[in-house]
Amino acid sequence: MTEKSGAAILVEALVDLGVEVVFGYPGGAVLPIYDALFEHSRIKHILVRHEQAATHAAEGYARSTGKPGVVLVTSGPGATNAVTGITDALLDSIPMVVITGQVPTALIGTDAFQEADTVGITRHCCKHNYLVKDPAKLGHVIHEAFHIATAGRPGPVVIDIPKDVQVATARYTKPGPIQHKTYRPKVKADRAAIEQVVDMLAAAERPVLYTGGGIINSGPGASQLLRELARISGAPVTSTLMGLGALPASSPQWLGMLGMHGTYEANMAMNEADLVVAIGARFDDRVTGRLDAFSPRSRKVHIDIDRSSVNKIVRADLGIIADAGHAMEDMVRVWKARQHPKPDLSAWWSKIDGWRAKRCLDFPESTKEIMPQRAIRALYEATKHRAPIVSTEVGQHQMWAAQHFGFEAPNKWLTSGGLGTMGYGLPAAIGAQLGNPGALCIDIAGEASIQMNIQELATATQYRLPVKVFILNNEYMGMVRQWQELTYSSRYSNSYSDSLPDFVKLGEAYGWKGIRIEDPADLESGIQAMLDHDGPVIVDCMVAKLANCFPMIPSGAAHTDMILQANEVSGEMDDEAKALV
Amino acid sequence: MHIKTEQTERHTLAVLVDNEPGILARIAGLFSGRGYNIESLTVSEITVDKAVSRITIVTSASPPVMEQIIAQLDRLVPVHKVVDLTVQGAHVERELALVKVVGTGEHRIEALRLAEVYRARVVDATVSSFVFEVTGSIEKIDKFTELMAEVGLVEVARTGIAAIARGREAA
Repeated sequence: MTEKSGAAILVEALVDLGVEVVFGYPGGAVLPIYDALFEHSRIKHILVRHEQAATHAAEGYARSTGKPGVVLVTSGPGATNAVTGITDALLDSIPMVVITGQVPTALIGTDAFQEADTVGITRHCCKHNYLVKDPAKLGHVIHEAFHIATAGRPGPVVIDIPKDVQVATARYTKPGPIQHKTYRPKVKADRAAIEQVVDMLAAAERPVLYTGGGIINSGPGASQLLRELARISGAPVTSTLMGLGALPASSPQWLGMLGMHGTYEANMAMNEADLVVAIGARFDDRVTGRLDAFSPRSRKVHIDIDRSSVNKIVRADLGIIADAGHAMEDMVRVWKARQHPKPDLSAWWSKIDGWRAKRCLDFPESTKEIMPQRAIRALYEATKHRAPIVSTEVGQHQMWAAQHFGFEAPNKWLTSGGLGTMGYGLPAAIGAQLGNPGALCIDIAGEASIQMNIQELATATQYRLPVKVFILNNEYMGMVRQWQELTYSSRYSNSYSDSLPDFVKLGEAYGWKGIRIEDPADLESGIQAMLDHDGPVIVDCMVAKLANCFPMIPSGAAHTDMILQANEVSGEMDDEAKALV
Repeated sequence: MHIKTEQTERHTLAVLVDNEPGILARIAGLFSGRGYNIESLTVSEITVDKAVSRITIVTSASPPVMEQIIAQLDRLVPVHKVVDLTVQGAHVERELALVKVVGTGEHRIEALRLAEVYRARVVDATVSSFVFEVTGSIEKIDKFTELMAEVGLVEVARTGIAAIARGREAA
């Protein structure tokens, strides 16, 4: 067998792994790999304009297709620019493989040009990482990295390849299925634990299914199983930000998102539940609010593929280590085998209907200015028949999108939940569009966040991707301003978006169509014009400047201390609350 | 506002890991990154082929945090196994120290006498100094160095703890 260069081995391994798209940016330390990719017939390389965007594009691709995202960047600044996206993928459990160039082996540790300790820097913000010093081991490492990125709880894996290893030659054979010597995540739950949770669910009077991103990560089949589990148990379902779409928003059993900006009914149901079954969710602080007041009357079952998630924040009465899909499949089977009837939860549902009657997502309408919530609802109404893929940046617009845009299916909602990375949405939409060429991909953005990766307008133009960017422009870092209003008596320190560019002209400069919507009367027609254009469109939708996102549980408060409307805001908080994020 | 601190208990963990580059940084970084504390950490290869290392960590934490520490260690890719020796039951903990004492006359004689009581061996001697090698529990070594401070202690090197469960079962 003939020997190949490390770069050729890498590219062949990527082909063997079924990789179709690589998001990257060239540089000195990856030139051999870029040469191996030159005019490659199977792997399409997408040239981004900043390495951070390559990682978010790979996340958007992964989240919308279920396949791992692949990133290729150079050493030093290429790698450090990718760190934010790697961390983002770690916190949101997104399967991603990041290949970084490194200075030649002999120069490592000498402060060489564009040298950074990439494995050192990324060690604690990725699931696993490698520095490959031997081209003979490269093929196996690539295959193992994909296995680790996708098996168990998914996450980012970094492979650092010195330039001499890319040039040196070795043999490559495609390895068989990876049997890792230490990493063997448990995906099937113990039968006894499944029987226990099924019996608890059948006996509960006030159950809630609290679902999360783990169901999305488990694949579309898991969302179907959730629907079946909800159907046979009759239990209400709420979800984290990351889990939206697993249960259709149109389902009568859907309570809406829970947590800080969740619905009144979801949070009150959690508060009064006698059984909470958490599936692929991790009791994040944005979900629980004040811990000692979190769901105080319930027994808690926690189903998670990551053992360290169980009992991390909230003590589980029953912890089940398993993949969400497998666990729900077993639950449905056991439920049916035991011939549990559908429980009579009518008293529980009438209580929930009482909370729903509060209509917590209602907002003051206006004919003078566009209410941001109205804009999201109009966008939803105009696009829902096309099952759009929606990404967001981070802030008020993100929460309004989560609250007012209805998601009917998984893999349609791309958002930076754990890390809260501004600048995520545009590259994520680009990645999603590449993975789903016929789909309508919309980035719901804020005027501040969009500027954090605005350079990616060029990437969409280059690859003729018809993504839409819908900016809710209130001329503020709205969520920062909202917190300042709640906590610091409206002292708006540095939260005003000064010196904004003209987004319409900016879009046009990049070859996009630009649309500005200022009058509520033009909202629907403006959205329609965006949808009618067969190419990328940036919409600058001027919305009410001081609108706030409610309901809101202030940090450090209990689910029952929800602020429903602006007139309940006091404007000051004690130091304990100020210290919480 | 004041920062609250929690009641902690001390545990000795044995962590079996793949002996790959950066593994110690991975473990140490996990402790610093997640705010856990390390009282002692020792590491050495334990197989003939040098493929597996055993890391012995002494750490203090509240019971829920201790459970997290073990789960977090266990999910690191190169970790084979994490054993909480403290929870598992009776185990032996040993540490080795090299203790340098400088002095003449009565101090020198007293140092030798104490060394004998503590079964410390003389591994180096000059006319005005000794280096003692002493092994035992943390408490024994603490006590020995404390006593040596009275008779001319100038330097201590300690290995940190190696620990193993009693009985015939392997970790």
